[in-house]
Amino acid sequence: MQKVVDIMKKRALQLLEQGTVNRVLGWKNGDFTYDQTPAVFNSKEEVNELVYNDFSAANLSKYLIAETKKEGKILAFLKPCDTYSFNQLIKEHRINRENVYVIGVECQGKVDVEKVRALGAKGVTGVEVDGETVTAHTLYGDKTFTKESVLMEKCLACKGKTHMAYDELIIVNPVEDKKNDRFKQVEELENMTPDERFAFWQGQLSKCIRCNACRNVCPACSCLKCVFDNPNSGVASKAVPDTFEEQLFHVIRAFHVAGRCTDCGECSRVCPQNIPLHLLNRKFIKDINKFYGEYQAGADTETRAPLTNFTKEDVEPSVISDKGGKA
Amino acid sequence: MLKINKSNLEKLFNAISEKQNLYIPCNVNGKTNYAVYGEGAQVDLETLKTVKSAKEVFFPQCEDIVSFKRNGKAVEVIDVRKESEDFTVFGVRACDLKSFEILDTVFLSEPVDTYYQTKREHGTVVTLACNYPEESCFCHTFGINASEPKGDVTCWFAGDFLYWQANTEKGLNLTKTVESLFEKATAKDEKEVETEKKEIEKRTEKLPLYDLTTEGWGKDSVLLEKFNSPLWQSLSEACLGCGACTFVCPTCQCYDIKDFDKGHGIQRYRCWDSCMYNDFTMMAHGTPRPTQMQRFRQRFMHKLVYYPKNNEGTFGCVGCGRCVEKCPIHMNITKVMKAFGGKKND
Amino acid sequence: MTNDRLIPVPGVITEIRRDTPDVKTFRVVGRDGKKPFVNIPGQCAMVSVPGVGESMFSVTSSPETPYMEFSIKKCGCVTEWLHSAEVGTEITVRGPFGNGFPVNTEFKGKNLVFIAGGIGLAPLRSVINYVRANRADYGKVTVVYGSRSKDDLVDFEEIKNEWANEKDFTVYLTIDRPQDTWDGHVGFVPAYVKELNLRTSDTVILCGPPIMIKFTLAALIELGFEKTQVYTTMELRMKCGIGKCGRCNIGDKYVCKDGPVFRCDQIDEMPNEY
Repeated sequence: MQKVVDIMKKRALQLLEQGTVNRVLGWKNGDFTYDQTPAVFNSKEEVNELVYNDFSAANLSKYLIAETKKEGKILAFLKPCDTYSFNQLIKEHRINRENVYVIGVECQGKVDVEKVRALGAKGVTGVEVDGETVTAHTLYGDKTFTKESVLMEKCLACKGKTHMAYDELIIVNPVEDKKNDRFKQVEELENMTPDERFAFWQGQLSKCIRCNACRNVCPACSCLKCVFDNPNSGVASKAVPDTFEEQLFHVIRAFHVAGRCTDCGECSRVCPQNIPLHLLNRKFIKDINKFYGEYQAGADTETRAPLTNFTKEDVEPSVISDKGGKA
Repeated sequence: MLKINKSNLEKLFNAISEKQNLYIPCNVNGKTNYAVYGEGAQVDLETLKTVKSAKEVFFPQCEDIVSFKRNGKAVEVIDVRKESEDFTVFGVRACDLKSFEILDTVFLSEPVDTYYQTKREHGTVVTLACNYPEESCFCHTFGINASEPKGDVTCWFAGDFLYWQANTEKGLNLTKTVESLFEKATAKDEKEVETEKKEIEKRTEKLPLYDLTTEGWGKDSVLLEKFNSPLWQSLSEACLGCGACTFVCPTCQCYDIKDFDKGHGIQRYRCWDSCMYNDFTMMAHGTPRPTQMQRFRQRFMHKLVYYPKNNEGTFGCVGCGRCVEKCPIHMNITKVMKAFGGKKND
Repeated sequence: MTNDRLIPVPGVITEIRRDTPDVKTFRVVGRDGKKPFVNIPGQCAMVSVPGVGESMFSVTSSPETPYMEFSIKKCGCVTEWLHSAEVGTEITVRGPFGNGFPVNTEFKGKNLVFIAGGIGLAPLRSVINYVRANRADYGKVTVVYGSRSKDDLVDFEEIKNEWANEKDFTVYLTIDRPQDTWDGHVGFVPAYVKELNLRTSDTVILCGPPIMIKFTLAALIELGFEKTQVYTTMELRMKCGIGKCGRCNIGDKYVCKDGPVFRCDQIDEMPNEY
């Protein structure tokens, strides 16, 4: 991975020097290996601080909405899954493609420090990844895990290691796509009785603290003013007069990003309460695939999405009601 | 000092909760937060940091303050306040305990907030020393000793026992109701607790954020110099403007007041609010903080400059480190303090 | 349980006057016909329409009156609702909030110059009428008031018929642009202030839109006034009114508690975030 970072830095410096770009969007280290912050590097000196490793999980695409409105071109390092969001934002005319130079970077799946902690590591001061072994350095001794066991939730449902958009690629260690059953958890939920499913979501969603991290990190949530921030909307409320309000927020959000959500998994990654929000979105993706044919948001920038397109073959709403509400 | 074998803790919790509500860290649907103890509760005293801090026991995320009924042109104002019943909150760490003092300066200063006051008066706080601090802990920076939290009762885990030391009248009263479950700690036991405290202090000294200092911040800092620093721009650059830091913070106390029309009456409630939100200071004609940089700066200036200036130098942060763990982009108060030079040996 | 400042009392709207096309003055008393609470000039009250919201307004009537008045410009949910309300409608009020003007200390015995722009007259009206009611305690009074047009001058009748006839009161009015029915001064307040030969030893009370305050203050400094002589009021979003909800701060000061009245030299020490 160090080799990748070296090439990334070298290319960033070259592109800055040539004047192709005037700043660089990447990740910056924190106090520990895993607490990286997305950052814009404005000079060659600043580029020294660029990092990229198994903890660079943050999807940088959304930052490009604001960044590509600024003066000059920006270099953005994007992981394969980030490029889906990138394409989707181009399709929605949110990103100005001319103002960004995309370098696709390889990804072997990111490690979730929350999972490391959940597996019993306390006081994690650093984490090292060596192939399939993850070693957590803690205040109270080292602990090792298999990478599989501490992989980000979003990486367990990886859409593939291919970049959907890029101007150039940096791939030193090519990885083969691993088969994964992306919809398995959704199927488990579908197999529940309505009461069980309601209880599941009620239990999960009642943990919500309405911090809006899921919404604010979401590349599909790019509205300048969210309906939930509008005091006149009738649904705006920072808090929850009753549990229904809580569920309303996430369900409305899931509806709003349906057909546009690329399944980047950022919502679940940032949730302080670990609510599996991605499952709501993934249910929509599964249903869209079923009713309108396979569709992956962000796979390209041109095609019309099923929910914003009409064909004579479109499934009729009655199909659902005929099945007694069960798709 | 009293002691109880760890295996008998359930009996202790049952005994307390028989007479009053017991708030205790419980794992509910995979995350640990304070919850009312009851049958099947998965008590979790291993996790140092509940997601939401203990403040929610006294200052809940959402609380009704008054309700109204409109009858033609008339408005009826209904006081919905109730005197709190006695309750106990168990397992409060030193950082969260200190946060109560900070909330007290806000809510108990004149004019007193009676919603908070009644809960403070009726709540007995049982604290718990932190045997194994986390890497994100920096309570030491604010002069807090994780090995010896006070509160109404202090508890320590050492060996197979939980040790119990009542500190106040409230603590003694609670002790009386559960005394039969305890045995008296011997001189040897007390020595063991002392040894554990020393160990905790040693562990604290090895924490990665141990060197973090408040130098340059506080009541004597030059407000406008800090406020006008160009550093805020780069520090806030990646901030998403969410409220995760605020809502997990034990000292954040800003709230909003909202009306909810139930159809058969209007409920006015208050709820946690975040200065990180873009509508926080929004008025009909605009906001004095239109950029995320300004909102970000407000949060840290409040804790590190404004609050100390108004409170004899006490900082508005207790170093619990929840924001360190929970910020989606890993920007936090320790990084802000360091950026301004708040680290020894640098 | 003792009273809580967050809990309001019902207030009955007993009179509604239209001052300008977008400003109405509401007279409010408690259900017992008395004032809901006693205030000093410059203090504010939280007026609420249950179900719609609650907003902070300065009490525009003098403390001497047996009722309370609020001059309110239509510019948001609460104010729009109020503008469509009828006499007899009940709202809720709580207060008083804030420090108010130092009418019994720094202002005593002084010559006072009131400078207002637009709706900015509202908080000054209570001081002016308080000074009139306690005329012997204060020196000469000058009022400089400007608005967009004649129709936008709040309390025009009261100014013309009462203030202008008060002993040792001098009233200067101005509007932004010429108007057929106007034979008075035309021009912006800051420029007008420079023409008036004000005594630089007088105490100034200044209120209006931020831009007007900025330029008027600059004009006053140019004339030789010190910032320590100039008082103004601030306005930020408020929820609690008692310095706890945390949104009306400017640096370490809360407008609802430490303000809304500040001396201009104090404002200089505050961060530029208002």
